[in-house]
Amino acid sequence: MGQTLIEKVIGRKVGKDVKPGDIVTVPVDWCMVDDIMAPFAISKFEEMGFKKVWDPDKVVLIYDHFLPASQVDDSRHFRVADEFADKYGIKNVHRTDGICHQLMTEAGYVGPGDIAFGTDSHTVTYGCVGAFSTGIGYTEMAGILGTGSLWIKVPETIRVNVEGKLADNVTSKDLILRIIGDLTASGATYMSLEFGGSTIDDMTIASRMTMANMAVEAGAKCGIFKPDEKTCDYCNVEYTDDIKSLKADEDAKYYKVLNYKAEDIVPVLACPSLVDNIKPVSEYKGTKVDQVFLGSCTNGRLEDLHAAAEVLKGKHVAPYVNMIVTPASRKIYRQALADGTLEILSDAGAIITTPGCGLCCGRSGGILSDNEVVVATNNRNFLGRMGTSKVKIFLASPKTAAATALAGTIQSI
Amino acid sequence: MSNTFTAKIWVLGDDIDTDIILPTEYLAMKSVEEMKPYAFSPLRPELAGLIKPGDMIVAGKNFGCGSSREQAPEVVKALGISCVVAKSYARIFFRNAINNGLLLIENPDLYDEVTEGDSAEVTPGKEILYKGKKYEIASLPDNLLEILEAGGLVKAMRKRNGLS
Repeated sequence: MGQTLIEKVIGRKVGKDVKPGDIVTVPVDWCMVDDIMAPFAISKFEEMGFKKVWDPDKVVLIYDHFLPASQVDDSRHFRVADEFADKYGIKNVHRTDGICHQLMTEAGYVGPGDIAFGTDSHTVTYGCVGAFSTGIGYTEMAGILGTGSLWIKVPETIRVNVEGKLADNVTSKDLILRIIGDLTASGATYMSLEFGGSTIDDMTIASRMTMANMAVEAGAKCGIFKPDEKTCDYCNVEYTDDIKSLKADEDAKYYKVLNYKAEDIVPVLACPSLVDNIKPVSEYKGTKVDQVFLGSCTNGRLEDLHAAAEVLKGKHVAPYVNMIVTPASRKIYRQALADGTLEILSDAGAIITTPGCGLCCGRSGGILSDNEVVVATNNRNFLGRMGTSKVKIFLASPKTAAATALAGTIQSI
Repeated sequence: MSNTFTAKIWVLGDDIDTDIILPTEYLAMKSVEEMKPYAFSPLRPELAGLIKPGDMIVAGKNFGCGSSREQAPEVVKALGISCVVAKSYARIFFRNAINNGLLLIENPDLYDEVTEGDSAEVTPGKEILYKGKKYEIASLPDNLLEILEAGGLVKAMRKRNGLS
């Protein structure tokens, strides 16, 4: 019987064919611990009685949620993680380099066919390079740090086919929001979302990353793309026969298949306060906004900044709008600095912040208050996520965000 | 796992996310005890103060969706919640709850029929009795029962490492 992509990836690692529902123990290629969860994972690791980390070179510690610190106890997290890294010989420590989910592929850790776990739900992002990656809690991370393995249930797969060319005012963000709207926030729970079709084949890795990143918002265990030549270029690995074999069989068995025509996708918003409350931008056109946020592990990449700069070049955001731009990593920040993108955005009145998670997770750098409206490119609009529970958060693409900042009211380009 | 208990019901809705269960700003507190008063605060700020040890939560679909924060099931357990009965759970929350010994029960019907403040009788792995009606519940897979029976994942790992 044919296999889906996730079945191939898992089967390749456990050395046997697997099918949905099988419970298997998988070897872990990479594990990522972020600054919020590090002290908790470390104390559980010690409580479990491990004397060493299974393979320090496969552990990556990334400080991103609390940098720069916004509360007096935040720096404790860096201190505790630094001490752990010193004690157990962990060298992969990123302080101020960027958001964990950007760095895990950008810095050359996770590649095609790898299995990775992280202490953050958006660990699903690495499906963009054909890896199986997903979020876990800190107790399970402690177990991985000691054993290098984790049990998982092989998921069913929902196949999403997208054919054709996206319109100029639409990005992969609009596409994934539309898919989440159709599936609902729990429609892919425990499952793998497998993306394919000509639209997907034509996409940049950055655009695929946006889609993989949001798979969890439909409840999915992972969102995965077949690795291709572009993937291998991005990961700086050879496009071998082994990597080529990581694709779904034609007779693979799917739980469900969704088919989209790219031309049918329009600019959309995830409206307050559910990620699956998807409406066309046109329905809210003219709604006044107080803030626009361009950034996060969902949409803080160079192509996202370029998209905004294209809209804002030589212009200025509405006088009452705070536009906050947060590149996803130091590398992206430097690239955008070098090619003039940050200058364009700054001239347009944007606040450009250091890479990190602060505003997306509602901790620092632009927290909002009662009845304020924000259009944001990140992945969650949960109640209270970016400030008080009376803030209205609309999720959108970078193009819509930039057009909205310019007009001061909700707009697509 | 076959001990029957009776619990007072608190009713929450669909898609109760982890930011509702515990907002990000409280995640860095040093202990779960400190986090307790803020549980469910974006939705029902008064709720944490009203929950008594032994009470249960009944909710709709996709309970615990959102982030991987393990503080979410930990704070629910720390409030003394004996079990959560929901139509379905988000997967990370489900694993985290089991690893911390918080009993989660899936049932498609109870949520549509309960009233907050009532009580129900729960027999884990078997059934829930509410207003004279029986709601069947499934048993967990063996590998999860092993973790629960060990008292959570930390204890299971301690045993593996030859510790008490």
